[in-house]
Amino acid sequence: MREEIIVRVGAKVLAPFIIMFALYVHFHGDYSPGGGFQAGVILAAAFALLALVYGLEEVQRVLPPWFVRGCAALGVVIFAGVGVVTMLLGHNYLAYNALAPDPTHPEHGQHYGILLVELGVLVTVFGVMATVFYLFAGRKGQAS
Amino acid sequence: MAEHYPALQVVVPLLAAPLCLFVRNGRAAWGLAVLASWTALGISLMLLSRVMSSGVISYALGGWAPPIGIEYRVDVVNAWVLVIVSTIGALVAPYALTSVEREIGARRIPLFYAAYLLCLSGLLGITITGDVFNVFVFLEISSLSAYALIALGQDRRALTSAFRYLVAGSVGATFIVIGIGLLYSMTGSLNMADLAQLLPGVWESRTVKVAYGFLAVGFCLKLALFPLHLWLPNAYTYAPSPVTAFMASTATKVAVYMLLRFFLTVFGAAFSFDVMALDRVLLPLALVAVVSMSLVAIFQVNVKRLLAYSSVAQIGYMILGLSFATVTGLTATLLHLFNHALMKGALFMAMGCVMYRVGSVHIDAMAGLGRRMPATMAAFVAGGLSLVGVPLTVGFVSKWYLILGALERGWWPVAVLVLIASLMALVYIWRVVEVAYFREFTGDQQTREAPWTLLWPTWALVALNLYFGIAAERTAGIARQAAEVLMTGIGQ
Repeated sequence: MREEIIVRVGAKVLAPFIIMFALYVHFHGDYSPGGGFQAGVILAAAFALLALVYGLEEVQRVLPPWFVRGCAALGVVIFAGVGVVTMLLGHNYLAYNALAPDPTHPEHGQHYGILLVELGVLVTVFGVMATVFYLFAGRKGQAS
Repeated sequence: MAEHYPALQVVVPLLAAPLCLFVRNGRAAWGLAVLASWTALGISLMLLSRVMSSGVISYALGGWAPPIGIEYRVDVVNAWVLVIVSTIGALVAPYALTSVEREIGARRIPLFYAAYLLCLSGLLGITITGDVFNVFVFLEISSLSAYALIALGQDRRALTSAFRYLVAGSVGATFIVIGIGLLYSMTGSLNMADLAQLLPGVWESRTVKVAYGFLAVGFCLKLALFPLHLWLPNAYTYAPSPVTAFMASTATKVAVYMLLRFFLTVFGAAFSFDVMALDRVLLPLALVAVVSMSLVAIFQVNVKRLLAYSSVAQIGYMILGLSFATVTGLTATLLHLFNHALMKGALFMAMGCVMYRVGSVHIDAMAGLGRRMPATMAAFVAGGLSLVGVPLTVGFVSKWYLILGALERGWWPVAVLVLIASLMALVYIWRVVEVAYFREFTGDQQTREAPWTLLWPTWALVALNLYFGIAAERTAGIARQAAEVLMTGIGQ
């Protein structure tokens, strides 16, 4: 596919919009369908598309395998870390009310809390999806 | 701080797991794992003492009060199981250092500790949570990491046995989630205490009975009750030594806990024993497991596999205690959860020492090891005596209560079968002892005693075997209290 000019240009044009859509799905996740999991899959799909068209090596120059593996672990730290922060603020584990900037409106904390936790989900799902893709795409076939 | 212990019990190992991947150094990851598992042990001991002194602890995750939110609910039963799991975790983690450096490639060591900590936090999570769907989530965390841990074994057969475990475990987990889904459809609640209140109203519906059936099969797969144990022997045989010691002492115990928690707390003892006849279904299976698996163990030539079959038989004892449907029987079950973890942990750790020095756990490889590795084989003998049920070891205490429970029901043939199975345990342990002490050493002349880093966790478990074999009233008291909580149900 590396010689197909339409595919190459098409993939290049689409990729940023796919990434934008991933972020849209993430930030709308708390009051419409979507969320971190879907966003992470879509984000990884953007890079999978680029890898299919431009080759795995090109994509791994931007996103090295150690980086996506780190993402898989980082997301768990973000998710669990939000809980630890609320605990340090004197609330129960993952009680988002603690995150409200204005203590008279604790419900705003729910909004921030969900976004942060879902960000953790996004990062982990992206990391795992990209790692799985790298592992399958990087396999040297025995037949060929 | 103290009010957050229920959350920290799970969060500490859960947060330490990804950090292991960031340090990217085997020793540093090991340090984290040891720190996290000892912290978990400290927390579980404090939870147990608080529950014993001041009753049930309820923790609302996210500040959402139960039954809407996820509740972590600690009573004597799960505080007890938490102590079992975290004790084994705290001893396996330091043991792993030397063993893992020999058995697993250096690049994978941080991954090993990450998976180990995830498995530990999953098992602790299943135990502590008061929410049935949360049980499923933690079950998946612990199972997925367990498959990865088993697949890290040196032998290539580790891969196929991990895959077989994956298939069996996934079927089990699916059955469990189907059961939970059916319960939710009938009651609209996922909180255990709330379900216990709502279920008596819908007892008669077929959906609840079907849910019960799905859950029963799922749990029995997970706890490897005969005839659903087929995944277990290979998984334990080919896993790395510390993984076998950890899994054999914790994973099936937590599955037994799940069964007790669902069937006695959520459904209630009355529904389980009077309507569903759980005791009459489990009794024959438990007896067959005890006798047939002890018999199979006698004919094994790989000592890890021998111990694995013995584990299936020991699980039979635990289920046998439940099938008596009395407080004494349940006391025996809960005691044996702890006692079997101690003895099998010690035995598998001793096998890990042999693996480290000799590179094989085939019975012929043990010839003459009694003189070459005296401390290791002495630990094996002590663990073996406990497994047989010799007085002054924990094994005796469990068997005592089990036979007491059988005689209380007037089932003396069951008591006789338990004694026969104990003699069979003596036979398979004796086979190893005979080879190790009465045959000439034929292996490499360089073979020495295992390093102290492997020996001290092994001997710590042996010491616990003896200590709680003598000071049995402590553990038996807690187990009896837990059995009474389970039998009376949550409402009273």
